[in-house]
Amino acid sequence: MSADHSEELAALVGRRSGAPQVAPDAVNLAMIRHWVEAMGDENPVYLSEEAATDAGFGGIVAPPTMLQAWIMRGLKASLEAESRRAEPETTAGSDNDRMMALLDDEGRTSVVATNCDQHYVRPLRLGERLVTTSTIEDITAEKKTGLGEGRFVTTRIDFVSLPDLGEHASVSEEVVAAGEPVATMRFRILKYRPGTAKGAEVRDGDGGPARPRRPRPALTQDNAFFFEGTRAGKLLIQRCVSCHTLRHPPLPACAVCGSLDWDTVQASGRGELYSFVVVHYPKVPSFDYPLPIGLVALEEGTRLVADLAIDPAELRIGMPVEAELVSFDDELTLPVFHGLPAERDEGG
Amino acid sequence: MSQHSFAGKVAIAGIGATEFSKDSGRSELRLAVEAVAGALADAGIAPTEVGGMVTYSSETNPDVDIARSLGIGELTFFSRIHYGGGAACATIQQAALAVASGVADVVVCYRAFNERSGNRFGAGVQDRAPMANAESAHFAFYMPVGLLTPAQWVAMAAQRYLHVSGATSEDLGRVAVADRRHAATNPKAWFYGQPITLAEHQESRFIVEPLHLLDCCQETDGAQAIVVTSLERARDLPNPPAVVAAAAQGSGEGQDMMTSYYRDDLCGLPEMSVVARQLWATSGLGPDDMQAAILYDHFTPYVLYQLEELGFCAKGEAKDFVADGRIELGGALPINTHGGQLGEAYLHGMNGIAEGVRLVRGSSVNQVPELEHVVVTAGTGVPTSGLILGVDR
Repeated sequence: MSADHSEELAALVGRRSGAPQVAPDAVNLAMIRHWVEAMGDENPVYLSEEAATDAGFGGIVAPPTMLQAWIMRGLKASLEAESRRAEPETTAGSDNDRMMALLDDEGRTSVVATNCDQHYVRPLRLGERLVTTSTIEDITAEKKTGLGEGRFVTTRIDFVSLPDLGEHASVSEEVVAAGEPVATMRFRILKYRPGTAKGAEVRDGDGGPARPRRPRPALTQDNAFFFEGTRAGKLLIQRCVSCHTLRHPPLPACAVCGSLDWDTVQASGRGELYSFVVVHYPKVPSFDYPLPIGLVALEEGTRLVADLAIDPAELRIGMPVEAELVSFDDELTLPVFHGLPAERDEGG
Repeated sequence: MSQHSFAGKVAIAGIGATEFSKDSGRSELRLAVEAVAGALADAGIAPTEVGGMVTYSSETNPDVDIARSLGIGELTFFSRIHYGGGAACATIQQAALAVASGVADVVVCYRAFNERSGNRFGAGVQDRAPMANAESAHFAFYMPVGLLTPAQWVAMAAQRYLHVSGATSEDLGRVAVADRRHAATNPKAWFYGQPITLAEHQESRFIVEPLHLLDCCQETDGAQAIVVTSLERARDLPNPPAVVAAAAQGSGEGQDMMTSYYRDDLCGLPEMSVVARQLWATSGLGPDDMQAAILYDHFTPYVLYQLEELGFCAKGEAKDFVADGRIELGGALPINTHGGQLGEAYLHGMNGIAEGVRLVRGSSVNQVPELEHVVVTAGTGVPTSGLILGVDR
């Protein structure tokens, strides 16, 4: 498992994620026109003074959902920020940078925006200058999601209007505090570990690389008990209820007495290696190679194909082996056999 | 065992194939059409005379598409046989049954695929979506553990066979050396002009221990078709008839698809014993009457098994049988004179039947002198089939 920074992350909740952001431009008609054309919004109150007045707004207003567009920093500043992040010697400046670094260090290097809520106090008018402050509002404990294991991070962004800001590119918290609140936005992201999605990929032990899941067994009413059993920690063998003959692989009827009735017995997990292979090619990403696979003669009398946790150089037909049930993912648990000393010390 | 009524009364009159390549550059259906047209031309039989068509259940080309392509017209018999390469000789058996019983006078058997440039069987079942049916559920005990390909399935049995019989990887290698020697002088073979030594076999990388690369057959794009009719009719056709002296299918006790791991031992192919017993009993012939053998060779170990099941040697003694060049040209029982599937082409066994026909006609590039009979087998590790072809006397 990677680092767990729960305590340090908790200490960041409630902190500003960075300095106040000043909108590069005042609310203006040109940007509104580009926006509504791109969005296909034909409401006249955004472009026509007359329509907006008739509607009771007292003049043109900006589309509410355009809120975030006013404080976007533009291409040049974005590229500069990106190159700053790429320089390793740069000290992480903001609490947001620190939070992201901690999450990365937890192995949560992937990010996806999940949702965004906006609350509007009043419409924005032409000429208003917006400034925002951002606050880290919430960092959840680890959640298992369809994308992977991660933490949800909510950032609250408060928008204030400062009509007399002039050409200032940055402002202090005190100046912002004097502004008029006009809107609030909550922006939520998921920072997650790649390759840990439920049902898509599994990790190989602690901190190993992500890999695809093993191929799924096709399940029918005849064979599903075996895989349900291994998930429940039991290595099961099908047994005829009538004549008690064991059989594997499972079949619906007993070839000895013809009975369709069956139950199962729990195998001891001990047996000996009847045959084996060591797979080199093709290399399927779900497995490690060289891959030793055995045909194990269980002491109950049936045989079973299973993976071997034994050095290929040590493999010998007839060697005693014992099963351990290994869970490969939420659905799949299989017996994996390891070697036993040829003479077991029963006295312990 | 009762006599099979078709035995000795039916013959192969024509063979036709495409080139054998790694990328045919054309559709599988076109390959099939070319091969069937070639086989009919070889037989001197018009497409309109064809009354039956037989192929594998794994074949992608419907018989009716070939029939429409070639103007074959009406069909009174059409059949498909399961279990991959195990179907090979069974196509001839079913054609013979149809001809001998009067259901169809001329039957064409065919197999066509882009098995190298298209869907590669050797890749195994790793990408096969699990479906809740018995055929898919069969793989539930192999796919999740990583036992995914035909080479791996065969290797599990082969390891046990080597352990019990005392045979070695070199004994497997002698099969590959024989095949590649024969392919080296067959211009149609992919490995024409490329014989191998036993040392090269031993040095080739492991695919799945105990199998080296050179224990495994190649993958091929191509097609092969074979025309079956009555011996009486075949006698009037351009080529000497290859008499179907016997043809049989077999499925054994404890039979499974490639993974019959739960039988008393893993050192036999009981299904091939079922075939062999029928071949010998219905033809009245025995192993000593065979001057050559075309033994299905997707992987070398099962060639040793087949020599034992067919009775060419006792159980566990194939390693001695294959020593000293006995299975090569000039030896007592040359096998796979076309180069086999390791050397010529992997056509699911159909190209082996064609080689059997050429040996009977006396037209093989590696002809065995004074040949009277040749035994041909189909895919191993699965329910299978076999043939004895003979010279018309």
